[in-house]
Amino acid sequence: MKPVPPNKKLNTGNQNVTGYAFISPFLIGLFSLTLFPILYSLYLSFTDFDLMGTPNWIGLDNYQRMFTEDPTFWKSMKVTFFYAGVAVPIRLVFALLVALALNKVVEMVGLYRTLLYLPSVVGGSIAVSIMWRQLFGNDGAFNSILASIGLPTHSWLGDPDTAIWTLIVLYGWQFGSSMLIFLAGLRNIPKTFYEASSVDGAGPIRQFFIITIPLLTPVILFNTIMQVIQGFMAFTPSFVVTNGGPVNSTLLYVLYMYQRAFEYFDMGYASAMAWVMLVIIAIFTALIFKSSEHWVHYESDAK
Amino acid sequence: MKKKRITKKTIQHVLMGSFALMMIYPLVWMVSSSLKKSENVFVNSHSLIPSEWHFANYIDGWNGFAGITFGTFFWNSTIITVIATVGSIISSTFIAYGFARIKFAGKKIWFVAMMLTMMLPFEMVMIPQYIMFNKFGWIDTYLPLILPTFFGIPFFIFLIMQFIRTIPMELDEAAKIDGCNTFDIFFRIIVPLIVPAMMTSAIFSFYWRWDDFMGPLIYLSTPEKYPVSLALKLFSDPNSVTNWGAMFAMSTLSILPIFIIFFVFQRYIVDGISSTGMKA
Repeated sequence: MKPVPPNKKLNTGNQNVTGYAFISPFLIGLFSLTLFPILYSLYLSFTDFDLMGTPNWIGLDNYQRMFTEDPTFWKSMKVTFFYAGVAVPIRLVFALLVALALNKVVEMVGLYRTLLYLPSVVGGSIAVSIMWRQLFGNDGAFNSILASIGLPTHSWLGDPDTAIWTLIVLYGWQFGSSMLIFLAGLRNIPKTFYEASSVDGAGPIRQFFIITIPLLTPVILFNTIMQVIQGFMAFTPSFVVTNGGPVNSTLLYVLYMYQRAFEYFDMGYASAMAWVMLVIIAIFTALIFKSSEHWVHYESDAK
Repeated sequence: MKKKRITKKTIQHVLMGSFALMMIYPLVWMVSSSLKKSENVFVNSHSLIPSEWHFANYIDGWNGFAGITFGTFFWNSTIITVIATVGSIISSTFIAYGFARIKFAGKKIWFVAMMLTMMLPFEMVMIPQYIMFNKFGWIDTYLPLILPTFFGIPFFIFLIMQFIRTIPMELDEAAKIDGCNTFDIFFRIIVPLIVPAMMTSAIFSFYWRWDDFMGPLIYLSTPEKYPVSLALKLFSDPNSVTNWGAMFAMSTLSILPIFIIFFVFQRYIVDGISSTGMKA
């Protein structure tokens, strides 16, 4: 048996090489597939690159065009803010309510959890988006149900006022993974907290606001940030279910960016759009983090 | 007292059960539509029981379009998914071990960089990556879909790292005293112990690759090379579809692998999400 060499310097020197060897795939990917493309995208956003010719430097023209001459840009921005602003809270509130209900159920909880999680399992697939288009079509199941109980039917996908709601419902329907995270959070709250507060005479509603919600805030924070980013970057539902229509009422930001880049080959403009999006997401994430100081409670603070 | 409890329980199960059924109704509707005759799909379309069971939809749908069967599309999806998953798990495991167990200069900075990459949406690098891969002549090949996974997936790295951290350091030290070097410790001690975390990552990787739509949409142009997701979108073009039954049949088949994986490996998926808070 050999003792561990006391020569610390030699040891760390060795470990540097080994450490970098282990993380080298990450470093190669980071530089070639993330850092370089991001800087390249910044450069392109100041050019008129159309994929065929060479990029010409046009300064801030793309940004100026976007903010002052392109009503479609503003429309897509409005649609995306509405979509993320409505769909994300709906999904989170729904997920929390269902998790609370599931937490009360003792038997068959596994079966319910599985059934309620299923929509999220298949939610990312194209099949579900296609199905949604048919479900809310004029002859689809939704209208068919309304008709069978004597309610008026509606052209859900053809009406600019309702089309976006079909996408919001699709997003809300996939509440399963948020629900699982909330459920795990609820299980982590010590039972003694509830017992102690009932001795003090607190009812279930009071317990919900003084124990459950405060202790769940770290989970709520995490869920909110991930969902806001996901909501802002949604593409497939609007591309497949409505293709942005009618009259751009479901033209989510990424769909418009995709159209600019891969239908008009307006690569410079689309890159500028990507940068505006990144700035918006960064601001939002920072705001949520900043505000979290006021509403997120970590257990270590309490002690 | 006891009777009251039973009533309460019954109400609970009726409410929970009907809510759950309502939530999975759209999925059941898709499967049931795949068994209806095309001309009947949109007659009383909310009904879940076909007036006449029409299994031929599956044969019609399988024939695909433009002379390419869905067999080709399923095979393409399988190739892309399997290679990308193997690549991402091997690379992510190496990287995770490096971050979790080895002390080296600059580790903190690279770790922060990795966490930032995890939050960076793919859409940010989509356009420059496309231009890059276009220059390499990789358009209409699987390289842009597969190669990036060999550089590690930040979420999997993070997930595996968290798992490695639960393994006591004493194990590594004992192995070192027995004469193992870092690579021996990694392969003989750590890897066998982190198989559950690797499994969870592999399942997520399978989901994401199988469902991936934007990547193939951007990079592939020859229908023979399409994966199922892209083929299904083309197959379901609202302006040309008439055979609705066949379309629903192929939609159902396309999510079948996801269902199978889910039911076989449910435990890993639920644990993975609950412990790390990640979307599926």
